[in-house]
Amino acid sequence: MIEAGTRLPPLETRLTRLDLVRYAGASGDFNPIHWSESAAATARLPTVIAHGMLTMGVALRAVTEWCGDPGLVVDYGVRFSRVVPVPDGEGALIRVDGAVAHVDDDGTAHVELSVTHAGDEVLTRAYAVVRPPRDGRLEP
Amino acid sequence: MSLNRELLGRRYESREPYEVALVKVREFARALGDENPLYHDPAAARRAGYPHVIAPPTFAVVVAQAERLAMLRDPELGLDPARMLHTEQRFRYRRPIFAGDALLATAEIVDISVRGQHEVLAWRQELAAADGDVICTLDGSVFSRGTAPA
Repeated sequence: MIEAGTRLPPLETRLTRLDLVRYAGASGDFNPIHWSESAAATARLPTVIAHGMLTMGVALRAVTEWCGDPGLVVDYGVRFSRVVPVPDGEGALIRVDGAVAHVDDDGTAHVELSVTHAGDEVLTRAYAVVRPPRDGRLEP
Repeated sequence: MSLNRELLGRRYESREPYEVALVKVREFARALGDENPLYHDPAAARRAGYPHVIAPPTFAVVVAQAERLAMLRDPELGLDPARMLHTEQRFRYRRPIFAGDALLATAEIVDISVRGQHEVLAWRQELAAADGDVICTLDGSVFSRGTAPA
């Protein structure tokens, strides 16, 4: 039963330089601040940073792994509040926590997400709206 | 240099549809570390009631990329890529993107505002399926650092 307050299983994932390179290739976003140390320095960044859209895409896994069917996500929005530095080697650990804020009469669930790196929120006002499947209610 | 407000309302349109390929959807899903069978396995997607694999919701930025870049790089806009910072992104879906879709994308500048010393450029993009229905709306914005008019 899904109701306001239902918590999603948390998601922890580590982004490495390889993930950034792979995302650059898959997305076509070749901005050098995501792979070049000197470009990052010129932009006055501590090191190479993750693509905001990579963090956004990975964060939604907390929702889609919970509801099972990504096709049920009808609305997903975030603000990019802080960059995610990805040092060579260790990379950056991202944690996603989610909870259902409310459920509409038709069963549509409004999920609020907290997306953090090293204790700081890297996405704010992050939410997803998940509609129920055609044949019933959400039952993760 | 400040952003050119005369471009408010300017629209950028696809010259040709973006054809969504199965291998591209899989590649994008893997780049998110996501092995959900609905992204990878056409048979699993059909069992779930879809005509083909579905794309991760954020894949819409890839489909709409050419039109977004045409807008952001419009020389008349005056946006300096080195001062640009992605600040907001939202996706609204009427249905998922399927492999095999041929989608037409648009981009439109909907707002240019000042926030302190900075400017914010906001846009709206739409993806239309072959039947003309808009299946996805993307709202985004970037910060243009330090370009507010004096």
